[in-house]
Amino acid sequence: MRKSINQINQRIRDGNAKVVTAEEMPNIVAELGEVGALKEVDVVTTGTFGAMCSSGAFLNFGHAEPPIRMERIWLNDVEAYGGVAAVDAYIGATQQSTTREDQYGGAHVIEDLVAGKAVELRALSHGTDCYPRRTITTELLLENINQAIMCNPRNAYQRYNAAINTTDKTLHTYMGTLLPDCGNITFSGSGLLNPISNDPKFRLIGSGVPIFLCGAQGMVVGEGTQHSPAGGFGTLMVTGDMKNMSQDFLRAATMFGYGVTLYVGLGVPLPVIDIDIVRSTAVRDEDISVDILDYGIPSRNRPLLRKVSYAELRNGIVNLNGEDIRTSSLSSFRRARLVAETLKDWINNKKMELCLPTRPIDPIKQVRPMHETIQGPRVLDIMDTNVDSIRENEEIKTAAQHLLKGETNHLPVINQERKLVGIVTTFDISKAVVNPQKANLVRDIMKKKVITTTPNEAVDIAVRKLEQHNISALPVVDGQYRIVGMLTAIDLGKLFGGRWLK
Amino acid sequence: MKLLVNYSRGKEKKPIIAQVVKDTGVLITVERAIIDSSEGEALIDVPDDACWLVRDKMADLGAQVRILEHGVSLNEIECVDCGACISVCPREVFSFDADFKLQVVEERCILCGMCVEACPHQALTIPL
Repeated sequence: MRKSINQINQRIRDGNAKVVTAEEMPNIVAELGEVGALKEVDVVTTGTFGAMCSSGAFLNFGHAEPPIRMERIWLNDVEAYGGVAAVDAYIGATQQSTTREDQYGGAHVIEDLVAGKAVELRALSHGTDCYPRRTITTELLLENINQAIMCNPRNAYQRYNAAINTTDKTLHTYMGTLLPDCGNITFSGSGLLNPISNDPKFRLIGSGVPIFLCGAQGMVVGEGTQHSPAGGFGTLMVTGDMKNMSQDFLRAATMFGYGVTLYVGLGVPLPVIDIDIVRSTAVRDEDISVDILDYGIPSRNRPLLRKVSYAELRNGIVNLNGEDIRTSSLSSFRRARLVAETLKDWINNKKMELCLPTRPIDPIKQVRPMHETIQGPRVLDIMDTNVDSIRENEEIKTAAQHLLKGETNHLPVINQERKLVGIVTTFDISKAVVNPQKANLVRDIMKKKVITTTPNEAVDIAVRKLEQHNISALPVVDGQYRIVGMLTAIDLGKLFGGRWLK
Repeated sequence: MKLLVNYSRGKEKKPIIAQVVKDTGVLITVERAIIDSSEGEALIDVPDDACWLVRDKMADLGAQVRILEHGVSLNEIECVDCGACISVCPREVFSFDADFKLQVVEERCILCGMCVEACPHQALTIPL
């Protein structure tokens, strides 16, 4: 049995289409069976409401008198891209204010416009024969702008990795605040309500398909950037008219220590045309698996600590190696439901009809990492290889002599196998001199917990370690934990004037 | 009831909290404290009926005491019920109800401010 899109639209027009949310669908299928559900249900609505950084809007301001070809453009001090002709601009959600930094950004400009607030436009130009004007400043309401077309390059991620932090420092990431020592897990996504999770083969979601976007009727442009459905990370590029949007489904946000983002409400209505669609829309939170990745490792390949389902994540507690860890969602399941419910109302009230894609989205594509031709500086490029070290069972006085001779403040401490076991600084020696009764040997005063780097680590990562731990030197160790160099603030100076900054 | 106690440690370094416990017999819970060489700030919890007694006694010993009637407060217009605050709170102040609406048990709050930072929507404030 099959249902045509025309049959479904006719039922919508007649007011007797059966519309359910993707949250209701699994139980309907369990109750009626797949064939029964296909007969019964015409449309399944989906929804998600979460941080979608890759969002923004094209704005057309109309011509000024005398006219200006705007080259650099600021909206409430947030720079918008002006390389798209005279009075057009693209305001990106994550662009930060030149004056208020992460407290205000492109997302806030978009929300302010939707909320009916005035936004100040400032622009500069070189002036041309046809566009003589060089500057402009004006206050604009959304209604004063010819067009405000939201166009989000990457929205509605099919699912997203969950985040954890194994380091001993709190991290502030785009996945929110991650407490030290696996203190919490954060995740994002609406699970069983997610549009793509209900149509993972992209049979229904594709170019031209109508959607709910931030309270307005919008549509799918096509595949989103970074679209990678092969690994379960499909994305959508979507568009909609900002003039019909609502603050209820569009919110600017700031991830502390990371930056500005936009919370977007998005939903896709899925016509139930055949058994395959019944099956895919019966997906439950239990069926959608998510990787918990260690965001303590600042690499593209973050270690996987466990696989979990959205059901476990949403339950609030995830067990990892015998410990219960609390979870936080960064997206709102309540508002995701509201998106799906609103879509349901629209269709029940004949406000939206459905269509099949005019152009399909690739269901098996896989995103590749960046092709890098020039490697950035690595620790081995600038580290000091002429490193002195000391045995842990030497006297403190000997350590002091080493430090004096080497004119350094840091002395790595090694054991019999020449492995790094600690570090002694001039400060440690001074302390030992002041309290002579407490210690005699290097091992008594050394710091045993040493932050280290490796020769192949990117200098930027090593610098981040120096900053995070408020230290001024990093021992460089090889695979056997033997010292091969030291990286200090002095070595970082080599970057200036060197080939790396050219 | 929670009290925020600020005191300068001065030369004598008087054990203010211990002294008040001894003199009044009121059991004081120190929720959190930052004490350095010259001054201290402690958030303490005392039974409601002993609140004024403790406050006056501490004031007599030279401390500045503020009675905190409120813990963290939630701006319901800004809040989108994401739940980012839930796992960062050390006292389990936040939770979801059956409809995934955020619930706040203000009495548990020790005003540490973790949630204020973690809230992407700047919907949480603490009265300090």
